[in-house]
Parts: sequence; structure tokens; C-alpha cells
Amino acid sequence: MSLLRDQGVVLRTYRLGEADRIVVLLTERHGKVRAVAKGVRRTSSKFGARVEPLSHVALLLWEGRGDLDIINQAEVIDHFRVVRDDLDRVTAGLSMLEVADQLAQERHADPRLYAMLVGALRALADETVDPSLVPPAFFLKALVLEGAGPIIDACASCGEPDGSVELVAFDLTEGGTLCRGCRRGRPLSPDALVLVRRILGGGLASVLAGPPLPGADEVGGLATEAMEAHLDRRLRSVRSVAHL
Amino acid sequence: MYTGPLRALIDELGMLPGVGPKSAQRMAFHILKVPTEDALRLSDAIVSVKERTTLCAVCFNVAEGGELCGICADDRRDPSVLCVVEDPRDIVSVERTGEFSGRYHVLGGALNPLEGVGPEQLRVRELLARVEAHEVTEAILCTNPNLEGEATAMYLARLLKPLGIRITRLASGLPVGGDLEYADELTLGRALEGRRDLEG
Ligand SMILES: [Zn+2]
Ligand SMILES: [Zn+2]
Repeated sequence: MSLLRDQGVVLRTYRLGEADRIVVLLTERHGKVRAVAKGVRRTSSKFGARVEPLSHVALLLWEGRGDLDIINQAEVIDHFRVVRDDLDRVTAGLSMLEVADQLAQERHADPRLYAMLVGALRALADETVDPSLVPPAFFLKALVLEGAGPIIDACASCGEPDGSVELVAFDLTEGGTLCRGCRRGRPLSPDALVLVRRILGGGLASVLAGPPLPGADEVGGLATEAMEAHLDRRLRSVRSVAHL
Repeated sequence: MYTGPLRALIDELGMLPGVGPKSAQRMAFHILKVPTEDALRLSDAIVSVKERTTLCAVCFNVAEGGELCGICADDRRDPSVLCVVEDPRDIVSVERTGEFSGRYHVLGGALNPLEGVGPEQLRVRELLARVEAHEVTEAILCTNPNLEGEATAMYLARLLKPLGIRITRLASGLPVGGDLEYADELTLGRALEGRRDLEG
């Protein structure tokens, strides 16, 4: 067995036997990794809260022969305490973990997805940032990373550019924004369109730093639906706690 | 591979938590091998736990032979303080301390967004009804000190605050008998926050 050194974000954990857990991580250099944390459910465990979902950790892993590694050591880089201690932030964080878990491939490094997830969790841990726009921005940017980014400057169906037609609807399965003649999917307000363009056009930091923007709720719904269309499944973490 | 009753037994055992196909097979062959009366004792125990044990109509603790559990039926227990737990097994743990004389409410789990468990899957509505209808003055949120348990506690606090009762959370701290050196940062940080004055 060889020893791996890497950093990762804990995406989720599963109980294993009496006292162990399987920990699923998105690592920087080894992609998605599934590893056993032995004895973690005992109160005397040296891992303790280090391998809970949301934790950003430095790891030493024994590479397993099958698909399971074994965690030898875990040191915390960031617990994202601000995220954990706020119900809205923690649910926002979990929805990003679910999406990262769906997009990442096992043992296949995706440093950009990793960097985006860590960056999004840091934004969420900033008390001056309104948490509601962080997951939608992460979803939209992850779609671009996946090569599934939406068209937002023309009608995705007839190709007419914005200005010569009015873009009034959005449907990811059609490719993005749609004009009045081609409209399908969900209606799109001008505020929401501006916001999506700012998020995808490199203006995310200024969007998050400012006061709550009009169209933010709409972008939340749009980004969730777009990610669900891309993954072809419902996002449990968004749907189950939608009305907290 | 196997058919008939043996197959059925392996399948049923394989549904138990923590039991994989290999263990299920081992257990099934064990049952096949033991004297008939031993096997019947097991099946009787399963039947009677289902027939004679129900959930308490008030707090959802395990109730044996009645509508109420032993704690809800005991009028020496203080009904104004509710200890909210995830699972009936947690009641056993709290009772063992001998430090609590109030009553309980069992949620039946914790919020787990990644598994799709939201408030509707828990006995939250029943908790609200109890607090609203009775003279509850304090709710102690005793959910597990992990991500799901903390999220559940925050959610319940948000829900119960407007009702004007005192809401407390179990202090999180270091395991007695443990070494500070091995404590993780989150546990140690929370323990530091929850420090108490010491009389010298
Ligand atoms: Zn069109
Ligand atoms: Zn009861």
C-alpha cells in the first residue's frame, strides 16, 4: 500500500460497521476519493469532527487496493465554522457538496472544480456575504466548467441576438435564454438576466459583496433547475430544506 | 444460488442495518444449524417486540404495553421541561445520567439534506403542538453534536423562539478521560466557548 498526501473537502460520510465511517472527499490532486475513517464514531477518536461534511482537511491516506482508501491522518485547514453555525449557510453549503459529489469523478483530478468549491465555501464563511446567491453562482459556474454553460446573449433556439429580440425565458435543455417566439421553460425577468450575466462574466465578487439584488431568488430557482437538468436528477439537499 | 425459505431468510437478514450479504448468509446458516427451540425463541422475540411494543402517543419513545411510555406515565416527571432527542436510544443515555427529571420528545432522526430528510420526515409538527398546548417553559435540544444534529437544533431553535420559551443546547465539550492533545479543533473551540467558572 502506498501513502498519499493531498487536501480535500469532505463531501459526505456514511456509517460503516459499529464505529467507522466511509468519508467521501473531493481532493485537489486525486479527484473524488472514498476513504475509511476507523473508529471515528467513538468519542475517543482522534479524527473527531475533522472528517465531518464541509471540513477542508489536509490528508494522509493509505491507498487501498479496491475503491476504498484508509485515512491515516487528517488535519484541519478550515472548519468553516461560520457556515456550520448558521442554518441558511449550512444548507447552502450542503447543496454545493451534493453538486460537487455528483460532478466529480473518482480518482480523476479536477483542480478547477476543487478550487471553485473551496472558493465558494470561503465566500459562504464570510459573514458579510448574503448566503442565498452563493450556491446558484456555484451551480452556474460549475455548468460552464462542465461545458454545459448556458447561452445568455442570444436566443438559444433561433439564434437572434439580444437587442434584436427580447430574451424572456430560460431553459437549459434548449441551451439557455429564449426569445418570445421560441419561449419554453421558466420565464426570465430582466433583473435575473443581468444577474446571471454578472455572475458568469467575472463579476461574482462584486455581486456577493453588495446588498441583496433584485432577481436573486429567481436566479436561485433557475440555477437549481439548470443543474438538475444537467445532472438529470433532483438536488435532494435543495428540495428537502426548501422551506426552512 | 439458494431458493425457497433459505433464500427468503438471507434476504430478510440482509435488510438489517450493518448486515451485508456475506453476514446474512452466515447468520442464515447459523439459524439453520441451531436447535429448533433456539430459533423459535428468536422468532418469538421478534413477534412480541412488534406486538407488545409501540411508540408513546405523546413523546414517541418506546412504550411497552400501553399508550404512554414509562416516562410520560410518571407524574413525578416535570412536564415543563422537554428534552428533544433524535432517537429513543438517546433517552436511555440521558436517563443513565440521573440528572434529568423532565420529559422527552423523540424526533425520529435529524435533518439530513444530503439524504433528502427534511422537517416533514421528523416529528416536528408534534413537538410544536406539544409546546403550544402545554406548559412547556424550556426545550433542551439534545440532538447529536454532528452536522445534521446541529442543523436540526438550529432549525428547531428558529421555530420555537417565537413561542417565548427558553431554548437550550447541550454543552459540547471534551470527553472525560480524554487527552487535550488529541481533541479536534472544533470540539476544543466549542469547549472553550462553553467554559464555566470554577469555585476555588
Ligand atoms: Zn428565438
Ligand atoms: Zn412518552
